[in-house]
Amino acid sequence: MTADVVATRRAAPRSGARRLLSRHWYAWAMTAPVVVVTLVLVGYPLVRGVYLSLTDATEATLGHTIGMNVIPDRYEFVGLRNYADILTSSAFLGRLTWTVVWTVVCVALHVGIGLGLAMLLNRPMRLRALYRILLVLPWAVPAFVSAFIWRYLLNGEFGVVNAMLRAAGFAGISWLDDPFWAKVSVIACNVWLGVPFMMLALLGGLQSIPRELHEAAEVDGATPWQRFRHITLPGLRPVSSTVVLLGTIWTFNQFPVIFLLTKGGPGGATEILVTYAYRQAFEGIRNYSGSAAWGMVILALLVVMATVYRRALRQQGEAW
Amino acid sequence: MVSPAAPAGAWSRDRRSPGRSIALHLTLIAASIVSVFPVAWLVLTSLKPRTVIETASVAPVDHPTLANYTQVLGETRFLTWAANSVVVSLMTAVLGVLLAATTGYAVSRFRFPGFRSVMWMLLITQMFPVAILIVPIYNLMAGLGLINQFPSLVIAYLTSTVPFCAWMMKGYFDTVPVTIDEAGRVDGLTPFGTFWRLILPLAKPGLAVAAFYSFITAWAEVAYATAFMTGDDKYTLAVGLSQFVGQHKAEWGLLTASSVLIAIPAAVVFLLVQRHLVTGLTAGATKA
Repeated sequence: MTADVVATRRAAPRSGARRLLSRHWYAWAMTAPVVVVTLVLVGYPLVRGVYLSLTDATEATLGHTIGMNVIPDRYEFVGLRNYADILTSSAFLGRLTWTVVWTVVCVALHVGIGLGLAMLLNRPMRLRALYRILLVLPWAVPAFVSAFIWRYLLNGEFGVVNAMLRAAGFAGISWLDDPFWAKVSVIACNVWLGVPFMMLALLGGLQSIPRELHEAAEVDGATPWQRFRHITLPGLRPVSSTVVLLGTIWTFNQFPVIFLLTKGGPGGATEILVTYAYRQAFEGIRNYSGSAAWGMVILALLVVMATVYRRALRQQGEAW
Repeated sequence: MVSPAAPAGAWSRDRRSPGRSIALHLTLIAASIVSVFPVAWLVLTSLKPRTVIETASVAPVDHPTLANYTQVLGETRFLTWAANSVVVSLMTAVLGVLLAATTGYAVSRFRFPGFRSVMWMLLITQMFPVAILIVPIYNLMAGLGLINQFPSLVIAYLTSTVPFCAWMMKGYFDTVPVTIDEAGRVDGLTPFGTFWRLILPLAKPGLAVAAFYSFITAWAEVAYATAFMTGDDKYTLAVGLSQFVGQHKAEWGLLTASSVLIAIPAAVVFLLVQRHLVTGLTAGATKA
């Protein structure tokens, strides 16, 4: 970071809180709004979520008001029972496995296809601007609209995908009603949605690699593969490390695609952790405490993942 | 939009053989078809009468009609839902940017005790899946009597847009030369004065992009909106549309027509600003 205007660390002999305050009060004041908002809007619910996850609060035991009658809370503290239930349940391992498969497959396809298209676009040619706009289109459509579009395209009876399959002489596939094909469908929809962002981000990264590097390597007789391996990939690192992290988090938490395309079905086949936790809390008998505990488990997984990722980057001398 | 200079790292056109050139264009054309086809099919379907939609016909155009559109606009609450979505998204975007702007500047320019904690907080809160906060926020809002009220949604959305805006704006402020700050400080401005009088006017595009991103995040949000908004006069578009394709009936005509009405303005604005969006999303981390 070059922008260290006030060079706060230049000469900072430790001389007490007053000195720190006079030196940094404006920085602290400027960050205060976000810190306060985050503590109130995120911190407090988070603490309450932790508390709820340690109780047996459900729709039946949570206090509510019917007309004039206020029914008080009747839920009790149950310690780690919800967590024990989750970790020993068969649902946990099944959901976790599918969530990891879903995240890895989607991010790999996003980055792979995105990088391929970015490299195709990163060269002078006719119609480049047009291709770029057409390829970005899926990102421009709101995700919930895309989920509905795909639900229609993949409809078993009158979806166009099956109509084309039938026209080509194959049998139609019940895309959203078969456990395996439903998984393929949600991945296809999410890949379609997510490639444009990766493509644009990686295209920006490619364009920041000095052209001279490629030319010098070519003069030295490097093959295209060697140039890709030793110039393109390292040059993309600052961008790719960020977008892979972002993409992983987004995909792990991708609620709309699953929820609107398959509702987690058929029979829970496409249910990822996030949609599962959501449905615990808001469908059937609302199990608030169980859902809160699922939320904490999900958060723990994400924090572990981000920590490992950041540490790996820092070892390579990047990031803060 | 043709870029004036050849991008760095690119190879000149005349060095490509005709065969490779054709392969390149064919690949891009195939990719473009995959990318455009679902949207195009949506538009075409929305123009078909219901009787044609619910057959296995694959004709692109078949008895074109605007009946779906008149029905969406005249007989459903589409316009109410659209207005609700705009109100909620606008409030989210404005509040998000207002709250986050100074923080973005501070973490871009200053290294202060607590800097890393703030950066971590910004990163971690962005990772919060909807599943963590939705239950406690729902219970708190129920306690405050705000369920089925717009403020509950705005508050829920701010939990993710505020840290996100701060993160994005840090990236934008990083691109504003430090020499401008230094000039301001030499002229006797306080850090706040520098920010307010010099940097903020320069950062307007960055603010606009962060606001836009918050807007579309709120606009397309499904989980909170589905859980919090219980009356059909308070639905946002994402919730309202799913009413068209419920468990038992599916009004594909209504769904496709309203999807087009939502997607077209969204896509136009989006394509205009997408270049800035990518920069904003990635700059925050690459410059850190």
